[in-house]
Amino acid sequence: MEGIYHDADLKDSPVSEKKTVVDSPDIAQTSDFSNLPINLQLDSEEKIRLYSQMVRIRRFEERSLRAYQQGHIGGFLHLYIGQEAVAVGSVSVMSEDDHVITAYRDHGHALAVGMDMDECMAELFGKRTGCSKGKGGSMHFFAPDKNFWGGHGIVGGQTPLGLGIAYALKHRKKKGACMCFMGDGATNQGPFYESLNLASLWGLPVVYIIENNGYSMGTAESRHSAGEPLARRGEAFDINWSVHQGHDLYEVRDAINNALVLAKESSSPSVLEIVTYRYRGHSVADPDQTYRSKEEIEEYKQNKDPINLFRDKLISEGVLSDEKANLLDQAAKDEAEASAEFAIASPFPEVSELMDDVYWETDNPDQKVSSGEMFFESSR
Amino acid sequence: MPEITYREALNQALSEEISRDPNVVLMGEEVAQFKGSYKVSEGLLEKFGPDKIIDTPISEAAFSGLAVGAAMMGMRPVVEFMFWSFCYVAFDQIFNNAASIRYMSGGLINVPIVFRGPANGGTNVGATHSHTPENFAANTPGLKVICPSTPADAKGMMKAAIRDNDPVCVMENTILYNLKGEVPEEEDFIIPLGKARTVCQGNDLSIIAHGRSVMVALQVAETLQEKHGVSVEVLDLRSIRPLDLDAILDTVRKTNRVLLVEENKPFCGVDSQIAYLIQEHAFDHLDAPVKRVSAIDVPQAYSKALENFQIPNHDRVLAKAMELL
Ligand SMILES: Cc1ncc(C[n+]2csc(CCOP(=O)(O)OP(=O)(O)O)c2C)c(N)n1
Ligand SMILES: [Mg+2]
Repeated sequence: MEGIYHDADLKDSPVSEKKTVVDSPDIAQTSDFSNLPINLQLDSEEKIRLYSQMVRIRRFEERSLRAYQQGHIGGFLHLYIGQEAVAVGSVSVMSEDDHVITAYRDHGHALAVGMDMDECMAELFGKRTGCSKGKGGSMHFFAPDKNFWGGHGIVGGQTPLGLGIAYALKHRKKKGACMCFMGDGATNQGPFYESLNLASLWGLPVVYIIENNGYSMGTAESRHSAGEPLARRGEAFDINWSVHQGHDLYEVRDAINNALVLAKESSSPSVLEIVTYRYRGHSVADPDQTYRSKEEIEEYKQNKDPINLFRDKLISEGVLSDEKANLLDQAAKDEAEASAEFAIASPFPEVSELMDDVYWETDNPDQKVSSGEMFFESSR
Repeated sequence: MPEITYREALNQALSEEISRDPNVVLMGEEVAQFKGSYKVSEGLLEKFGPDKIIDTPISEAAFSGLAVGAAMMGMRPVVEFMFWSFCYVAFDQIFNNAASIRYMSGGLINVPIVFRGPANGGTNVGATHSHTPENFAANTPGLKVICPSTPADAKGMMKAAIRDNDPVCVMENTILYNLKGEVPEEEDFIIPLGKARTVCQGNDLSIIAHGRSVMVALQVAETLQEKHGVSVEVLDLRSIRPLDLDAILDTVRKTNRVLLVEENKPFCGVDSQIAYLIQEHAFDHLDAPVKRVSAIDVPQAYSKALENFQIPNHDRVLAKAMELL
């Protein structure tokens, strides 16, 4: 099966030197995706909403970084800054029967599916008002009511889960598909290949989306992966694969939409590689000084920033003005600030809540069917 | 009451629950066309078709994780491991995902899944195929773990496990699959998890065991009665987590001497925890230190001559019991 390789901008991409360009007869040699049907459908209001989603994610994360530096947030904080168009573009083409699951770099996806900043910020702060009541943290956001199934901390561990979501949809004859996001580094985990085999063998409506930001922590793609592009690995399983640029929201929408349509119409999986970039260290604990240059980061920010590019596009389309963009930006900053205030003001969970949420059964004592000790504290 | 084998009891449990609830499916290697490596699922493919009885490739991580994902969506998959030993290649999916997702989501997501298969030694298959990970599972909050030792328990507890809204690890035993026993026929024959069973009453010594060790305990109880006039009470834990602590303490308070028997390896095995609980809650009732017989603490040996000694056998258990009397 032939992959589609959108390599119009490949030369400038930070990972470009290492990539082998794969010839493909059906390369779409276009760098303007705005005229594709999926994007022509968008009215001005929707375009502005997509822009604002990206800005909100960025401002939320910048605020969370400050909160981390102020000591409000502990542990890991993996920022998505630079990759916003991937989550926002993908989620924007979801239907209500489609589902999302991702790895630990999950704030962008969470906000994109409609989780609110307050519950997300509070979760980072470990507060009871957090989306997981302070029990999940940055890497483990969930919102099943929004078809968002996490937030998974083990690299590649979510790839079989996404398969299972797709399996359940198919088994129940639902029309949806599951988008399973993962990093470039995660493609080297065994369960991913087991999952690809099953996805293809059983014809499951799952779309694996490799957000290739060029690095697995401090290990560049050229040092962690043989055989590029990564998405081509789907070919061994007869799975449709393609590579796209993640700085262009319109391109992301088109790519994901095509894969979702394929998943839903013919119950076929896909592997999409979306080339993107993260501006910050792997997590905020990463000083980001050993494995890439400041110039490389600057280059991307200058030329490929997904928010700036989309703003320019919308301005040139006459949909957005600088003024309006500034207002949206200020609104996102205010919202992020308010979420930090909300988080600060929120209570921590009580120690008495530590043992809640482990078992359904102990949380529902009126419906308890088993007996005996479930926990082994010296409580009696 | 009809007498059926442990294998047939499991088969009935699966069949009844698959009929009862459209969310229940059975998946694993060789469960459908091959009828199960141990024929536990014999006849189920014919009865329910390939949408319910699902052959998987040898991809424990993927099909375990797939089942967890499906359970998050409200299905109730039963995952068969050909041996529980093979769960180690799917460790992340069971011990991270199935066990922790409810907690990490603040209770938003349930994972009603059953992982099942044999977990025992004694069949000369060497170290890689003879693991008994009930202690790993019990050490993992979020998981429940049971070790049925009779056909009736196999059926009643398997049905309870499938209806349970939390992940349950069911550890069976290849040597028990042919064991026959009386099993009730009613559709709603359920044995609730967390209830131990007093297998025989006695006054002088309690032997607490789970899995096939219960049978060894019974043989030793008979020998002790016949040869030494010692009256032994045997308690089958049946469920490791939840654990019937009351039943444990009751028998300890009755006989004041306890021997713990299990196929687990000793270090941090299930019985280390049981011994701890006994000393914590019934210290004053003990007339002797708690003693244990576990599998000898080396990787499982292949040779019959070695393995028959390695897992708790009649003579080793008897010798340890004598130390207590
Ligand atoms: C099984 C496992 N091994 C190692 C880690 C530590 N770790 C966390 S993220 C990461 C790099 C993953 O990179 P990638 O998949 O490219 O995702 P990105 O961070 O770029 O979004 C590593 C090694 C982990 N969480 N899980
Ligand atoms: Mg990466």
